[in-house]
Parts: sequence; C-alpha cells; structure tokens
Amino acid sequence: MSVNIKEKVWYLANFEAFEKKLNGGAQTPLHRLRKAALQRVKKNGFPSIREEEWRFTNVSSIESMNFKPVDEKEQEEIGRNTLQEYLFEDLTPNRLVFVNGRFSSQLSSLSGLAQNIKFENLALELKNNPDVLLPYLAKQADYKKHAFTALNTAFLSEGAFIYIPNNIIVDEPLYILYISRDGGESFVTHPRNLYVVGSNAQVKIIESYVGFGEEKYFTNPVSEIILNENAIVDHYKIQQENKSAYHIGVTQVHLKKDSNYRSNSFSFGSVLARNDINTVLDGEGAECTLNGLYMANGKQHVDNHTLIDHAKPRCNSHELYKGILDDRARAVFSGKIYVRPDAQKTDAIQSNQNLLLSEDAIVDTKPQLEIFADDVRCTHGGTVGQLDDEGVFYLRSRGISKHYARNIMIQAFAGQVTHKIKLEGLREKVEGLVFSRLRDGHLSDK
Amino acid sequence: MLEIKNLHASVEGTEILKGIDLKVNAGEVHAIMGPNGSGKSTLAHVLAGREEYKVTKGSVIYEGKDLLAMSPEDRAREGVFLAFQYPVEIPGVNSAYFLRTALNAVRQYNGLDDISAFEFLKLAREKMKLVDMDESFLKRSVNEGFSGGEKKRNEILQMAFLEPKLAILDETDSGLDIDALKIVAHGVNQLRNENNAVIAVTHYQRLLNYIVPDYVHVLYKGRIVKSGGKELALELEEQGYDSIKNDADKKVNVPGLTGVK
Ligand SMILES: Nc1ncnc2c1ncn2[C@@H]1O[C@H](COP(=O)(O)OP(=O)(O)O)[C@@H](O)[C@H]1O
Ligand SMILES: [Mg+2]
Repeated sequence: MSVNIKEKVWYLANFEAFEKKLNGGAQTPLHRLRKAALQRVKKNGFPSIREEEWRFTNVSSIESMNFKPVDEKEQEEIGRNTLQEYLFEDLTPNRLVFVNGRFSSQLSSLSGLAQNIKFENLALELKNNPDVLLPYLAKQADYKKHAFTALNTAFLSEGAFIYIPNNIIVDEPLYILYISRDGGESFVTHPRNLYVVGSNAQVKIIESYVGFGEEKYFTNPVSEIILNENAIVDHYKIQQENKSAYHIGVTQVHLKKDSNYRSNSFSFGSVLARNDINTVLDGEGAECTLNGLYMANGKQHVDNHTLIDHAKPRCNSHELYKGILDDRARAVFSGKIYVRPDAQKTDAIQSNQNLLLSEDAIVDTKPQLEIFADDVRCTHGGTVGQLDDEGVFYLRSRGISKHYARNIMIQAFAGQVTHKIKLEGLREKVEGLVFSRLRDGHLSDK
Repeated sequence: MLEIKNLHASVEGTEILKGIDLKVNAGEVHAIMGPNGSGKSTLAHVLAGREEYKVTKGSVIYEGKDLLAMSPEDRAREGVFLAFQYPVEIPGVNSAYFLRTALNAVRQYNGLDDISAFEFLKLAREKMKLVDMDESFLKRSVNEGFSGGEKKRNEILQMAFLEPKLAILDETDSGLDIDALKIVAHGVNQLRNENNAVIAVTHYQRLLNYIVPDYVHVLYKGRIVKSGGKELALELEEQGYDSIKNDADKKVNVPGLTGVK
C-alpha cells in the first residue's frame, strides 16, 4: 500500500487550522502548553498494543482515520423536544450544552445558581478571567503521561468550568451535555472540563456524551477534578455516543484530606470506548468510590481503566464495575490500586463482574494491586459468567416468559450499579437506558 | 387432572426416574415420601419443566393436554405450581415487582387485564396475612438473605397469588419449626378446594398431620414402590424406610415389575 506523503497526520493539520483561529490567543502561556502537548503527540504517536495499558485496545485505526475539525456550516437547530430526551426531569435547570464541541448559549441554562459559583464555558473564562482557573488547569491531567490527554491539551479550548467556593453546598446538580451530530465527515472534538471544589463544599456533576445519527466521529474529552479538604463530589458520566463513534476519555481526580469523590460511569455507546479514571488520594482520610456499568454488543469494544493511587494513610476506596456483553463485543477492565509506602491503614475493595450473553463475547479483566505498605486491607475479585439458569427457570416457573425472565435477570445484574445513583430522576433515566437495550433476553442496538 | 405414565427421566446421562405411574384427580392430596436421593425433586422439576432433566420415556397428561410439550411458563399459566425445595435467590429483583409480573403474565394468558398497582397492593396485603408475612418483604430482593422459613413461606405466598390447579410442594416442610410449619400448612389448606390438587413431597410424616393426604406413595430409586392411604405415612414413621427398601431391592430384579400402582 502506498502512503500519501503529502498528507499530514490529521492532528497536525487540524492544529494549524486551530491556531489560525486563535488569533491573538496564540501568544499566551497556555498556547505554549498546547504546543508542548502537540509535540508530545507528534513525537510518540498513539500508543500501540505493545504498551501494557493499551494491550487489548488498538487505537492505531484512530490515528490513521483522518479525523477533521468540525465543519462549521449552519446547522439545523436542536429542538426542545430532542433536548428534553437528554435532560433528567427537573434535575437539569443548570446546564451547559455543547454541540460538536462548541458551547451553545441557546441550549444552555443557568437559573438560580449563587453568584459566587462558577459554572460556565471554559473558553469564555480563559478569555475573561484566566487568573481564576490557570492555577488549576492542566495541573492534574499530565499530558506527558498519556497520549490522549496530550491530544486533548493541544486543542484545549472549550468545555465546562466549575468552581465551588469553600463551604458552599450546591443542591441542584450541574449538568454538562456534549452532543455530536452532523459535524461533517469524521469530525473530532476535544472537550476539556475543569472542576474545582472548595473546602467543605459539595456538588453533584452529570457529564453526558450523546451522539445523533450514524456518522463516524471521535470524542476526546479530559476532565480534571480537584477536591479540597472535606469536599464531596458526586460525578456521573453517561456515554451514549452513536454506534460508529470513538470515545476516548480521561478523568483525573485529585483528593485532599477527608474529601470524598464518588464516580458513576456508564458506558453504553461507541464502536470503541475507552474511559480512564485516575484518582490520587492525597490527604489522610480521603475516600473514593468508583462504580461503573458497561453494555456492549455487535462489534463494540469498551475499555475501562481505573487507577487509585493511595498516596496517604487512612484512605478508603471502593470499586464496582459490571459489564454486560453480547454478540462479538469485547470488554477490557483494568483496575490498578497503588498503595504507597506510607499509606498505612489503606482499605481498598475492588470488584469487576461480567455477564456474557453470547459465546463470542470476550472480556479481559485485570486487577493490579501494587502494595508498598504493610498495614493495609486490599481485596479484589473478578468474575465472568453467564446468566443464572436456575434464576431464569425460577421466574419461568411462575409464568414469566423465557425472554422476559432473561431481561429481568440482566436488569437485576445492572441494577446493582444503577441502584447506587442517588439522584432519582437520573436513576430512572439510566435504568430506562438499560432496559431499552434489552430485547428478548439479549442486547440490541435500539 | 394429572396422569403420569411410565415416566423415565435422566440428568447428565444418568437415569433418575425409572418408570413412574401416578394419577391425581381434582380435590385430592397425594403425598410422595421416600429417602433422600430417591428422585422426588427430580419428579417435581420434570413436572415443572426444568430443561436439564431429560424425559426419555413415558407421558404426562395434565387436564387433557401433553404437559411435557409445554414450556415451563405455559405450565405455570395453565395452573401447575412448584414450591421449590431450594427457592432461588435473585439479587436485584424486587419481590413486589416479581409477584406482580408473574401474576400479570398468568392473567394475560387467561385473557385478563393487568392488575393495577393499587389492586396489587390490596391483594398482596391479603395474601401476606395468610402466611404471616410483613409488608416490608415486598421491598426486598426475591429470597435474597431470607431465612429458610421465610423462603418457604414465600413459596406459599407465590402459590396464593397464582392460585394453581395443581400445586407440587417439594419438601416445603423441611427445616421449619412447628410454628412455621403450621403457618405453611394453613396457607396450603386455605387454598385447597374440590377443583385443585396437591402433591406434597415430604420426608416426614409431620406435615401430613396438617395437610392430610388421600394417598401416600413411596418413591425409591426412581420408582414408586408402595402406595396406600394416609395410614402408610404413619407406618413409615414408625418403621422407617428399611423394610420398604429391602423389599424393593429384592423386587428390582424381577422382570416386568416397574413399581406398584
Ligand atoms: N442436576 C443434577 N445433576 C446430577 N445429578 C442429580 C441432579 N439432580 C439430582 N441428581 C441426582 O439424582 C438423584 C435424585 O435426586 P433428587 O431428585 O434430588 O432426590 P430427592 O429429592 O428424592 O432427595 C440423586 O442421586 C441426585 O444426586
Ligand atoms: Mg429433594
């Protein structure tokens, strides 16, 4: 096969176009960061399957696919009814909506948030108020360590910025919706989120990725989350990209003393999805809970990588990831728990459970405990199994059809994760998403 | 109502039932007794349609229909109910949801409308009283973390909801203390009438003091080796299974003998 040498790798070509549009912004320190990140990508390329962390997920096709910037043609408006489908009852009066990576003030809504809370487009804040966010931006997610963080950082511009001052408890969840649709042939977006939560502050954040239509695109988000002392963050990520899309996202969390981060990650869409969550428990008494549910069928590939870094003593972590796979789908779970030498009294529990509905589905589940302290309690378990025949028979013996019995059993399996969603409207919505995927005791494409 | 003829069944290639004949009429209670491992639960599961048990010979006619040709769910909808010896725990499936789904599945099959949430709750309260169960039970996952007695009562509760024509109770009495046994027996007796029948599989004659059988059959090594009236249960209680076992083991070699009718 001959290679067209005139054609640049797509991200380099895209960067030139991106730089042109920045005008004066190309002189800032931030832009130097972007360029450094780009250099990293240019030099190292995308990770190959020879790298341990990418052993089961081949991203070489993404590199060779020629993704382009979003085609900024006039778009048909997204109607209220369409939007309504992706809102959660009364839970989302405060929302930032992005269409193909661009902030939409028309679809967004901010009602009744206290003045001192910041919830807005990162690009706008970078322009008007850089001093507030620059001390935090790109300080957690290290582009030197992760190719897709580097790629995102090179194009860092729009996304959600949340800043909760000390002692503020935000009751209403903050909702961030990324919609991808009709953005031209093979378009790519790089959403960048930064959430800074003050001491004793509490907030619930819902991050949702939705794809309309069937065209191929690539979403490359990075979220950085900083919890100051005694802060509490409930973070929900719902990935519903379309079935041709690529989604490779990184969430980087930094926890200070006595803070508590609870993540619920739902991965439903995409032909290839990869979610990395890295948490650093960097203060005594910090706690993190990572729950996840993934469902994949057809040729979907879903990869969840989590890293919990117990850097200080007396921190707890709890992790439960469950997966449901059908057809030829493939899932990867890698859960690393790292306990540093002085992180005594660490308490870490991890579990990954997989339900296979077809003989052709594949799971690679890999717990990795690296423990350098002696007074710790770490447990992990991984299971891969089929639907419980006895349970199905029990339901059938009460008059429930075979297909429905299987659906009930699958839902129950997922329920152990969905039940952990504390926001009722959201829980119902996510349970509805699970249910809508079930067809005759198997997963369907909707 | 039910006629089993020369029923043979095997599991994983081993023959467990070796020619069962049994006839049950509406209004009757049949007790099936026998030592452990004789095939009582296998018979119960075959009647309920468990696919792991392969019927290799014989027939089962239920209400004039070929029972063995029906799916487990259709058997339930036609009025066959098995109270499991070991009820299955189903984490994550709420008991109220389960009961309502089952009830509606059976109602739909019989051309009835779904029961409303309100009607369901009313019915549930009434039925739960029958087996002395607390309303909080409806919120729990099916059988999950239930005590042995709770599981057995839950079986009878399901039976009370579905109002079967033929109830097969598989050792519903084992592991129950006398109070729980009385509750379970009371539940069963409340549901009895001249149109339905009960097959009570049991190990002990104790249950039969409360659910009085019309016939008692002894199952041993996959065959019914002795049948009689309720006095047979008392006899067994006093003498144990040894003499029956001995007799049966002698007779097994006699060609043509496939159990006593
Ligand atoms: N699923 C199974 N797989 C293999 N053997 C079985 C299975 N179920 C029952 N058996 C065997 O069949 C025989 C009868 O068992 P069962 O019907 O449970 O007896 P009972 O209920 O009278 O105690 C026993 O020897 C038992 O080990
Ligand atoms: Mg038994």
